[in-house]
Amino acid sequence: MSFLSDTTRREVFAVTFLTQVLNGLQLGSIYALVALGYTMVYGIILLLNFAHGDIIMVGAYISWIVMSRLGLSPVLAVILSVLGCTALGVLIDKVAYAPLREAPRLSILITAIGVSYFLENGSQLVFGADAKVVPNFTDLTTFQVGGMSFSFTAVLTIAVTVVSTIVLNLLVQKTKLGKAMRAVSEDMGAARLMGINVNTTISFTFAVGSALAGIGAVLYSMAYHQATPTMGIMLGTKAFVAAVLGGIGSIPGAVIGGLVVGFAEVAVSAIGLSVWQDAVVFLLLIIVLIVKPTGILGHPMTEKV
Amino acid sequence: MEDIDRTEEKRPTIKTGFGAGKGNAGGYRALPMPARYAINAVLVALFLIVGESMIGGGVVSRYQTTVLEQIGIYIIMAVSLNIATGYLGQLPLGHAGFMSVGGYACALFVMRNMDKFGLTFATMATPSLASVMLFALGLLFGGVCAAICGLIIGIPALRLKGDYLAIITLGFAEIIRVVMLNIDSVLGFELTGGAKGLTGIPSYTNFLNTFIVVAIVIFLIHTMMKSRHGRAIIAIRDNEIAAEASGVNTTYYKTLAFVASAFFAGIGGGLYAGCIGVMAPAKFGFMKSVEILVMVVLGGMGSMLGSVVSATVLTILPEALRAFSDYRMVVYSVVLILVMIFRPQGLFGSYDFSLSRVIERIMNHDYPWRKKPKDATGGEVSADVER
Amino acid sequence: MSNDRKRRPVLVQMETPNLIPERDLGKKPVLEAHDLGIDFGGLTAVDDFNIAMGRTEISGLIGPNGAGKTTIFNLLTNVYKPTRGTVLLDGYDTSGKSVVEVNKMGIARTFQNIRLFNKMTVEENVLVGLGNSMSTNLLTDVLRLPRHWKQEAEFHDRALDLLGIFDMQGLATTQAGNLPYGAQRRLEIIRALATNPKVLLLDEPAAGMNPNETDELMENIHKIRDDFHIAILLIEHDMSLVMGVCEVIGVLDYGKIIAKGTPEEIQSDPRVIEAYLGKQEVK
Repeated sequence: MSFLSDTTRREVFAVTFLTQVLNGLQLGSIYALVALGYTMVYGIILLLNFAHGDIIMVGAYISWIVMSRLGLSPVLAVILSVLGCTALGVLIDKVAYAPLREAPRLSILITAIGVSYFLENGSQLVFGADAKVVPNFTDLTTFQVGGMSFSFTAVLTIAVTVVSTIVLNLLVQKTKLGKAMRAVSEDMGAARLMGINVNTTISFTFAVGSALAGIGAVLYSMAYHQATPTMGIMLGTKAFVAAVLGGIGSIPGAVIGGLVVGFAEVAVSAIGLSVWQDAVVFLLLIIVLIVKPTGILGHPMTEKV
Repeated sequence: MEDIDRTEEKRPTIKTGFGAGKGNAGGYRALPMPARYAINAVLVALFLIVGESMIGGGVVSRYQTTVLEQIGIYIIMAVSLNIATGYLGQLPLGHAGFMSVGGYACALFVMRNMDKFGLTFATMATPSLASVMLFALGLLFGGVCAAICGLIIGIPALRLKGDYLAIITLGFAEIIRVVMLNIDSVLGFELTGGAKGLTGIPSYTNFLNTFIVVAIVIFLIHTMMKSRHGRAIIAIRDNEIAAEASGVNTTYYKTLAFVASAFFAGIGGGLYAGCIGVMAPAKFGFMKSVEILVMVVLGGMGSMLGSVVSATVLTILPEALRAFSDYRMVVYSVVLILVMIFRPQGLFGSYDFSLSRVIERIMNHDYPWRKKPKDATGGEVSADVER
Repeated sequence: MSNDRKRRPVLVQMETPNLIPERDLGKKPVLEAHDLGIDFGGLTAVDDFNIAMGRTEISGLIGPNGAGKTTIFNLLTNVYKPTRGTVLLDGYDTSGKSVVEVNKMGIARTFQNIRLFNKMTVEENVLVGLGNSMSTNLLTDVLRLPRHWKQEAEFHDRALDLLGIFDMQGLATTQAGNLPYGAQRRLEIIRALATNPKVLLLDEPAAGMNPNETDELMENIHKIRDDFHIAILLIEHDMSLVMGVCEVIGVLDYGKIIAKGTPEEIQSDPRVIEAYLGKQEVK
């Protein structure tokens, strides 16, 4: 770029840098939304819900069906995706996890893996392994601010994530249901004795977590326009890493974790080492787990001797 | 004062005369150890002879032989994972990573050293002193490489509890996969073959040597678990805090179990490389780890027989159901869910088959349907737990 | 038989606020704690704990629930790291050592909520305790060399002998988790003894026992002390056991020792009575 003047080069760098920052925020926000779902479910029943990522996959397919196959409006797609994911999450809990409330943790973990498998392979059976193109939700693609253009999707993603986090926090801290959730996650037995309907609370937790996943699915489809049966795996795993990184069980932790993972991925890509992307994300996880095993904002659980 | 030598003190030996005598309560007749080993050896030899003659006699096709070899390989994978899950009580989710390391290491070792042993691609596959030696060395090399990975991963991972250990092992396995995929570009020369994988591996794996390796691996794992080292490992699983308080060096034994698990997985990987002929990173992702985990869980964690049976069934089933392969995975996952809900301890729980024990019970007329005789203390006379 | 007053030991007051049986005088105390204390955040759970146990002393630690007794056991075995003070075993400082190392140095304990290896047999539980006395290496065991068989046979006998303390040899092949409650408590004691300790810490050994079993336990504690030549420190709520078997008793309330002495002295100490029963009304 030697033919460009210094100022132009600086401008190009600034724009590129800002674009990458925005990309990082966008990707990080999606991870954050998904990570919130993981962290909430783990916080309440100590389950790493491997099927969570696949719920997003289902959400993306719902969007595709509504817009591409049925030709209906994007708004309807958004609503149905979120509702569908919510319903699916609650259903999975009722059918596969609820019977195992008292079972050893390993059993329910493996059941979660089974559900994940089921969703992935079922989708492959029904839709085929090829990628389905999810059409645009909106015609707005970029908007200009101060001479620079920003991706509308990116800004929307970030905004939605911020709003969702605030709403979620209010829900958990200020409402009765939120208090019930916190009580059940601290001590299920005591909560039950205090008259809290534990199963309803857990279902509600799944509902909220899955709704967030549904929102994540919509935002993901807006950004990547693709639905494949296996898209949930990597997305879910990385969001999962994000939740653990931030401190599993902690809501702000999930958001921070999501942003860290998003930025790390974008940074690695930007340097040109995108093949090592996944490895870097996991390396980050390992480092955090070694240095602070409970994650950035997590609290250690001590066992009474 | 780092080592306190307690042996210098004149302590009374723990024969205090409390005991009323040796513990053969009620006169239960037990088989002596040499007899038990002889019985097992005969059983193993029987299987081997039957198998070999069937293959030699052309009863079994080439394809079916490959499936038999794969059964052996996955038995090793399941039994090795069982060390860390069933016996140690953890949930490592990266077992395929060790298989991959072992496979690549063994294959590369064999391929790079073939000429030193005077072997070619073709003669490596035929039994001779040189090929057997190279085979054994290759497997050991693969196992050791995997064990070293196990050590590196185990040191940070084993400090974490339960779910965190699961995630960190998953992370390590993914890193291994990405490294295998990309290391050639970093090194500048071709080592692992990248995405297309390592091809042209001589088929040094055959039914006979697979069988022998499986038998040896099962023997070694069995003897380890039925010794003071195995007791320490199981104690850690049952109650880590109590194990520490009873003097069990938990750090050492957790690492030992983990490294042993990785070592044998590496050997399984080495066999795999010689059986399939190609090592590709994509084959050793999270999916593979889960497949092996499912074998262990369905068979029953802590049950070697369970791992053997479920590895056999779950290797044959996909081949047998090839026609329905689309539905196979869906059915598979539903079965998995149902088994976890209705029989979470798996097929065999932690039961371990022992032909010798069966014979003992026959000797003592200890049949399940007979009412058991009572001994002096009013307890029942029988061996209700495996010896 | 249980309230045997004939063998009341003579206690000697030492320079420190500790008492020691006369027969152990002249030998180094087997277990000492100096100004031991621990804070959990803002809460001081234990403070100013001092003890010096004679090599064959049987002592008791009593006090209301929540006074910090198990916390002291955890401090003595390095499960918790003390905020202040030191613990000496046979004169050797245990600070910084792991729980496993402390056990090898010579302290063994039982747990308030029984912690057995439930899926293993009774004998295997004891064998785990005996583990550090075994000397074969991994290779010898895995390859089943002759030394392995010799060792297994020898330790099989030793395990059964230990089980004989409580007449439990017949239960050797029973799964530990299937034992009745009392037997489980006794097995824990045997497993602790198997680790060849110099000091045995028993956390509520008589919990859940009826008076007959408690009497038997008292005899067995004496026998263990006499045959193994070890010191025993127990936490207990069952006063008949404490008064019947302990030579020195320390009373803990809100993390501090409020009284220390012989059973008679403790029984009549007004501070002790107040701690348990609350301040007596002045009528």
